[in-house]
Amino acid sequence: MSRIRLLVGTRKGAFILTSDGTRKSWDVNGPHFGGWEMYHLKGSPADPNRLYASQSSGWFGQVIQRSSDGGRTWETMGNKFAYEGATGTHLWYDGTPHPWDFARVWHLEPSPTDPDTVYAGVEDAALFRSTDGGQTWSELPGLRRHPSAGVWQPGAGGMCLHTILLDPATPGRMFIAISAAGTFRSDDGGGSWKPINKGLRSEQIPDPTAEVGHCVHRITQHRARPNTLFMQKHWDVMRTDDAGETWREVSGNLPTDFGFPIDVHAHEPETIYVVPIKSDSEHYPPEGKLRVYRSRTGGNEWEPLTRGLPQQHCYVNVLRDAMAVDALDPCGIYFGTTGGQVYGSADGGDSWAPIVQHLPSVVAVEAQTLP
Amino acid sequence: MIRVILPAHLRTLARVDGEVKLDVPPPVTFGAVLDALEAAYPMLRGTIRDHVTLKRRAFLRFFVCGEDLSHEPADTPLPDAVVAGHEPFLVVGAMAGG
Repeated sequence: MSRIRLLVGTRKGAFILTSDGTRKSWDVNGPHFGGWEMYHLKGSPADPNRLYASQSSGWFGQVIQRSSDGGRTWETMGNKFAYEGATGTHLWYDGTPHPWDFARVWHLEPSPTDPDTVYAGVEDAALFRSTDGGQTWSELPGLRRHPSAGVWQPGAGGMCLHTILLDPATPGRMFIAISAAGTFRSDDGGGSWKPINKGLRSEQIPDPTAEVGHCVHRITQHRARPNTLFMQKHWDVMRTDDAGETWREVSGNLPTDFGFPIDVHAHEPETIYVVPIKSDSEHYPPEGKLRVYRSRTGGNEWEPLTRGLPQQHCYVNVLRDAMAVDALDPCGIYFGTTGGQVYGSADGGDSWAPIVQHLPSVVAVEAQTLP
Repeated sequence: MIRVILPAHLRTLARVDGEVKLDVPPPVTFGAVLDALEAAYPMLRGTIRDHVTLKRRAFLRFFVCGEDLSHEPADTPLPDAVVAGHEPFLVVGAMAGG
């Protein structure tokens, strides 16, 4: 029977949650790296026991950890993230030029085919790659050298490159997203980049339809339909069916226009999940009810999923990398909250149960489906 | 033998208990101590000072014999008591955060 392994990053360490394919009973292992902020952990699709983890702290900076045994033991890898060449400036919050300055790794995306190749999305926004299992890192500088980069600005959480999608169908195609610059696509393996934000509308920026400057919170893709992407933006849920050339809003009947994560069902490319959050500074669920919303129509028509989730006095948030799906049938959905709960559904979202309830604030959740 | 006392999180990262002991050839400056520390424990590179600029991380300070060396040049010689191993070189993390 298949097993599920959840890799959970929190503000104070990492946790590994494991279950058999029934997903009813879970073992909780951790904390690993207690006291450190674990922005992201992810396993290699080519070798599921090869895990990468981003460990950071305000005192000691960035550390990269690697496991070759599914998280039982870890080794410290290279942490030199040096921008290539002149760094230049982007815009600071007040619109003045600000030098590019590395802060941390937000997201690690292992290659689907090579366990030693992994991409890192960092703050201040840039894309790095390692081809030696995380020992050394090289920037793919074409993104940071895009002509628009000088006017990119940080979101409240920093100017982070938080999403990396390696296209499963078109060799060399990748998508990334930056808060608050927008979404970009490369068709040459990361050498050059094109902003793909046409159709995005952000009323609270000076030019609501600007080429860059949109606070994209998360994008996701189903491998069976690689030209279709779904986006949770600071305002609105969006969809493209032409690999980002044009986007249209599919927020439909959602109770708010704000949220962080968005994910796609493992076997139904038109079934998507979001967690609506009250905007603009509250950042908790509307009415104190924690509800995942599911659309089975690729957007526009949404249903609240509430069974097993707190429906009163709930004021947690769900951050952008804190939702994941497994590959079992029925599909499992998981998300972690800033209140330290990790919830799971083994029936595509119809019902939910807490897997663990009192972790530190959850930053990231990834699901691995193991043989 | 130079004795170095690290913050708890860096001891965990370096997988050491208690003090670190380092052979540092003369002249024993605090830059040379950090060079020797990072050579012996490569996982500490970048956690105390920047890889490229060698600038000290903002929330860390260096103390010896009750003196704060944090703002001194890296080629500042260390006191005889540290060189002789009677006093440790301390890497101290700020008491801050939640």
